[in-house]
Amino acid sequence: MSPRVFVPRDSGALSLGAESVARGITEEAARRGIDVAVVRNGSRGLYWLEPLVEVEIGDTRVAYGPVHTQDLPSLFDAAFLQGGAHVLSHGPTAQIAYLARQQRLTCPRVGLIDPVDVADYERCEGFAGLRRALSMRPEEIVREVADSGLRGRGGAAFPTGTKWRTVLEQAAPQKYIACNADEGDSGTFADRMLMEGDPLSLIEGMIIAGFAVGATRGYIYLRAEYPHAHRTLLEAIAAARAAGYLGTDIKGSERDFELEVRVGAGAYICGEETSMLESLEGRRGEVRVRPPLPAVKGLFGMPTAVNNVVSLATVPVILARGAAFYRDYGVGQSRGTLPVQLAGNLRRGGLVELAFGPSLRELLYDFGGGSASGRPLRAVQVGGPLGAYLPESQFDTPLDYEALAGIGALLGHGGVVAFDDTVDMARMARFAMRFCAHESCGKCTPCRIGSTRGAELIDRIILGQERERNLRTLVDLCETMQHGSLCGLGGMTPFPVRSALEHFPEDFGAARAH
Amino acid sequence: MTAHDDTMRERIDSIVAAHAARPGPLLEVLHEVQRDFGHVPPAAIPQIARGLNLSRAEVHGVVTFYHHFRSTPPGRHRLQICRAESCQAMQGDALAAHAERRLGVRFGETTSDGGCTLEAVYCLGNCACSPAIFIDDTPHGRVTPERLDELLGDFVAAAD
Repeated sequence: MSPRVFVPRDSGALSLGAESVARGITEEAARRGIDVAVVRNGSRGLYWLEPLVEVEIGDTRVAYGPVHTQDLPSLFDAAFLQGGAHVLSHGPTAQIAYLARQQRLTCPRVGLIDPVDVADYERCEGFAGLRRALSMRPEEIVREVADSGLRGRGGAAFPTGTKWRTVLEQAAPQKYIACNADEGDSGTFADRMLMEGDPLSLIEGMIIAGFAVGATRGYIYLRAEYPHAHRTLLEAIAAARAAGYLGTDIKGSERDFELEVRVGAGAYICGEETSMLESLEGRRGEVRVRPPLPAVKGLFGMPTAVNNVVSLATVPVILARGAAFYRDYGVGQSRGTLPVQLAGNLRRGGLVELAFGPSLRELLYDFGGGSASGRPLRAVQVGGPLGAYLPESQFDTPLDYEALAGIGALLGHGGVVAFDDTVDMARMARFAMRFCAHESCGKCTPCRIGSTRGAELIDRIILGQERERNLRTLVDLCETMQHGSLCGLGGMTPFPVRSALEHFPEDFGAARAH
Repeated sequence: MTAHDDTMRERIDSIVAAHAARPGPLLEVLHEVQRDFGHVPPAAIPQIARGLNLSRAEVHGVVTFYHHFRSTPPGRHRLQICRAESCQAMQGDALAAHAERRLGVRFGETTSDGGCTLEAVYCLGNCACSPAIFIDDTPHGRVTPERLDELLGDFVAAAD
């Protein structure tokens, strides 16, 4: 068998040249008369090493990176196909500290397997959760997920089991599973990595969800900005169908599940679940007034379980290994693991899946390696554009839902965006308001008008016009938006604004304390 | 009525027919129209509305709600630059300003030779490799102004 070389098809790796590296390896090998099989895997999430090329030697994979096409002749000269020493070698991939220290329960296969190869997936515990679910009654599956303590990883952190129970209890001619893959938060890419690197785990999670709540149809609402994830998902769905995991009478169970991908159209608001449902129905993505909850009256008026990609992709391991196994990870009410995404100004950005509870400092420095620019880190935005900005004095906060809520922040979808000391926090606060104005669906006034007025107020504060009065008005406006908006967009835009004001007043023209 | 108009009508009819029976088909139809024509021609809206049993206002409302749908033809190439927080943390604003200068257009505009449309996008999901861009369907990460010039060099003449 020819030696296997892994070159990611992950779009992050592609953005750094992985496609030409994959092609280059095939060409160089042909030139040298060497047999080689290039496998296109997902990314391990070590983005500072991408394109990361791995060579399989027995049971071990040896990592080389970042590899560019001009490195290929020297890699072949160094016999990298036999794991030869080279300046770009990092030794066995599994022993790279960044990876070795992680607890990958949701993402163990991302970067490891061929994402659209069902057999590869099955060799790595794939479909083990589904096989167990096939022998369980719906309420047993729901109880297993409830007992695991899994909470919605999209950001709202609502207990998944509770949501599923509500859907299960509804009597309806049709129910749906709607996967929210509209990963719009800056600083987040775990959904994308899963869909590009291990889409079968999402598909398996959706099938199990369907069995649990009695839904026979699923939709993945995928953002338009993810064309590579789209292609990989379609390939994976076709492969799953061919292997008998989708369609009618799945694996002789007399249960059915059909799955379809629908592509969004560049609206951040469609990550809000009711707006996503409107969009799935082919309408403007305007937020719906709740109640009724989507679990009662969701897609096309039917009971619908709306879950994020990470939540659904975590379901297979919970079923395969049991609720207790998953629940044993984590702290307090935050059970299990969270795939944290390190982004922005960090030396080593990437995916770090850990049990809940590590400090922000540990992630920023031990994993992230500090700033990419070499300057001191000054502010970190956790949880996307609607998350609070945290100053250095709060870097010891543990990453769990309650600890962050305790300091007026939120964990959201687990994105961490770091800024060095060149950041102007008044500009970031203004950006938060502008972004809200740009993305507001327009249905409620605090969000639609408040965001534009908020940006204007911050402009005046920056210019020093009636500073005190405008600051008071801004705080008052934030109150109105927070409590008067229909959904999280208007309701949470005040988080980045107020945290910037609170922690970085000097950027808003306040006299410096020293 | 030109032959071109007839071709467009036929094509849109077939797109609408292919999707009409599916639940909530409008976005799917608009995506396919835009894939074929580069934009959603305003003249197509009444036809799409009739085909899907919607009002023209509903179709127009959807086309204008979503940033992705355009009502005018784009340039031959599309440069999308992420303007969101992670890319801002890595000099994305400087890259954006450089792109505007280099192309001689503002965001949302197309160069006068029709070569390139410059679009702002809010997150490409490549935040560990900021600043991130797409040129047509190809992603590029950690893009400096110099790198952008190299990438654009192939098809964009300098504006000045």
